Amino acid sequence: MPAVWVFVEQEGDGPTSLGLELLAKGRELGDATVVLLGPGSDEVFSILGDHGARAVLHLDGGDRLPSGPVAAALADRAGSDPPELILMGQAYNDRDIAGRLAARLGVGVLSNASDVRLTGGGVETDHEILGGTQIATASASQGPYIVLARPKSFVAEAVGGDAPTIEKLELPDIGAAEGRITETHVEEREGPQLGEASIVVSGGRGLGSADAYELVERLGKQLKGATGATRAIVDAGWVPYSKQVGQTGKTVKPEVYIACGISGAMQHLVGMKDAKTIIAINKDADAPIFSIADLGVVGDVHKVLPKLIEALESR
Amino acid sequence: MNVIVCVKQIPDPATPYRLEEGTNWLIRPEEQILDDTDRYGVEMGLQLVEPSGGTVTVVSMGPAGSGQGIRQALAMGADDAILIEDTSLRGSDALTTARVLAAAVGRREFGLVIAGTESTDGYSGVVPQMLAEILDVPALTYATKVEVDEGSVTIHRQTVAGYDVVTSSLPAVVSVTAGVVEPRYPTFKGIMDAKKKSIETLSMGDLGAERAPEQLVLSIVDAAERTAGRKIEDDGDAHEAIVALLAERKVI
Ligand SMILES: Cc1cc2nc3c(=O)[nH]c(=O)nc-3n(C[C@H](O)[C@H](O)[C@H](O)COP(=O)(O)OP(=O)(O)OC[C@H]3O[C@@H](n4cnc5c(N)ncnc54)[C@H](O)[C@@H]3O)c2cc1C
Ligand SMILES: Nc1ncnc2c1ncn2[C@@H]1O[C@H](COP(=O)(O)O)[C@@H](O)[C@H]1O
Repeated sequence: MPAVWVFVEQEGDGPTSLGLELLAKGRELGDATVVLLGPGSDEVFSILGDHGARAVLHLDGGDRLPSGPVAAALADRAGSDPPELILMGQAYNDRDIAGRLAARLGVGVLSNASDVRLTGGGVETDHEILGGTQIATASASQGPYIVLARPKSFVAEAVGGDAPTIEKLELPDIGAAEGRITETHVEEREGPQLGEASIVVSGGRGLGSADAYELVERLGKQLKGATGATRAIVDAGWVPYSKQVGQTGKTVKPEVYIACGISGAMQHLVGMKDAKTIIAINKDADAPIFSIADLGVVGDVHKVLPKLIEALESR
Repeated sequence: MNVIVCVKQIPDPATPYRLEEGTNWLIRPEEQILDDTDRYGVEMGLQLVEPSGGTVTVVSMGPAGSGQGIRQALAMGADDAILIEDTSLRGSDALTTARVLAAAVGRREFGLVIAGTESTDGYSGVVPQMLAEILDVPALTYATKVEVDEGSVTIHRQTVAGYDVVTSSLPAVVSVTAGVVEPRYPTFKGIMDAKKKSIETLSMGDLGAERAPEQLVLSIVDAAERTAGRKIEDDGDAHEAIVALLAERKVI
């Protein structure tokens, strides 16, 4: 069985959902060792074991910016006995560590993968390109292969494994490349998480103003769903980045996705086109979003949304 | 303090992108524009040197073409440019790009290297981090705010939950998100001045950077296409069709 390292971050008392998705794939491809970043706990280790991790390499960054020291520690650990594949997610710390680690090891990174296969010595990755209209299959010529997979590419699965063995890796001194985290700010959030919600209501520039996002929030609340946004209105400062859906934001796969005043740029579509049902409201009959909508309403969000919210309230 | 900004010339995203037969590399026309993502970096660089009076140099790797994208950055106010063009660099992956950029950056004295978080045409999203590792400096990434003070840099680093305040000594690499600053539009004077500014063109031979192990695009196939469903014109009752569909899907 090929050795596979799977990068998992700890969030509160558990692993992130992205980490567990990656672990499901890693376990399918080989002998999965989790590289855990976070304080660690018996609870986290046991969840990782339950999801099929045989071993855990545990790194705790504390207030150190993780990318530098974690990449150094992993490069060192990989030196004597490198894994065939290092599977990470298309996410902030993953990208930072992958970039630095790859530069140290002198190998490339296969970014934005939607699937990965080991082919007996080689690797193949699939990538959605040109707005998800085509799938490119890529390969790298030298291992260890470092792959960044998009969130929601794989399905997390508990398989009832034993407690993994734990090896604590010390973070080395990296001199001038060191960075420190001096403060952490958490934005308030209500309702289900965007990545997990079964209904997502998103708004775009067609709402016309930051105030009009309230319509999206009211509809989201009425449907007990989460609210999302396009990058256009995140950049405009109407809503926080945590709501961004798309290539550089979150990937969502809800039962129903309602796009309000969203044109349907390819960078947005790659983050939501796998929703089971897509409903779009846009006043431009030729908006690209209509080409993937199950129900397209050509209309003004300021007229349709208030009526829709009212109709749902009175049900 | 001198700032170096990594900028990419890309085919206009408003035009359909085409791939070269055989290699599946992106076809790059003669006329390329400055990647919108990198306008934020140029603006950030200009704002950071204003108080101290340093210089802003843009560095770009790729086919020069008409050089229009580079001129855009110079017209905004960057002082000069380094362009690395070499046919052997076609189809470069992120690590080769980072090695080449690092070799070019290493020829100058700098306090800060600024990059975008991901390019519009390649979006590997790892070039800035690789560059930092090769230069052996910190990578302060996904910045929504940047402040420089006497030998140190502090940013707001975007996180899933909100943001962290992260700090390090200089020199450092910072990657900036769109929205970190409002990029200025070139003035007429800026455009005229840009014509006189220096663009140093380098090849692989000048830099001595080594290509990374090769990555290949093996094949391209059409993705399963999602087809359009029903489209209705709102005549005042369109919300009823939405309610009916939500009920049919059993989510209400
Ligand atoms: C590298 C890169 C990464 C990116 N990543 C992302 C990403 O992760 N997520 C993302 O979303 N975007 C991303 N983008 C941006 C993307 O290209 C688009 O610019 C963005 O999605 C457009 O947002 P929008 O639909 O809100 O705005 P617009 O494109 O301006 O569309 C607004 C729509 O609203 C409609 N409208 C106007 N008024 C009304 C009304 N009263 N009622 C109904 N409809 C109305 C208009 O007809 C129009 O179709 C990225 C871009 C780049 C270059
Ligand atoms: N060929 C290049 N020339 C100059 N800068 C680049 C190049 N490729 C990437 N970059 C920089 O790295 C950032 C991220 O790009 P990428 O990692 O390709 O998504 C870009 O916004 C640029 O600042």
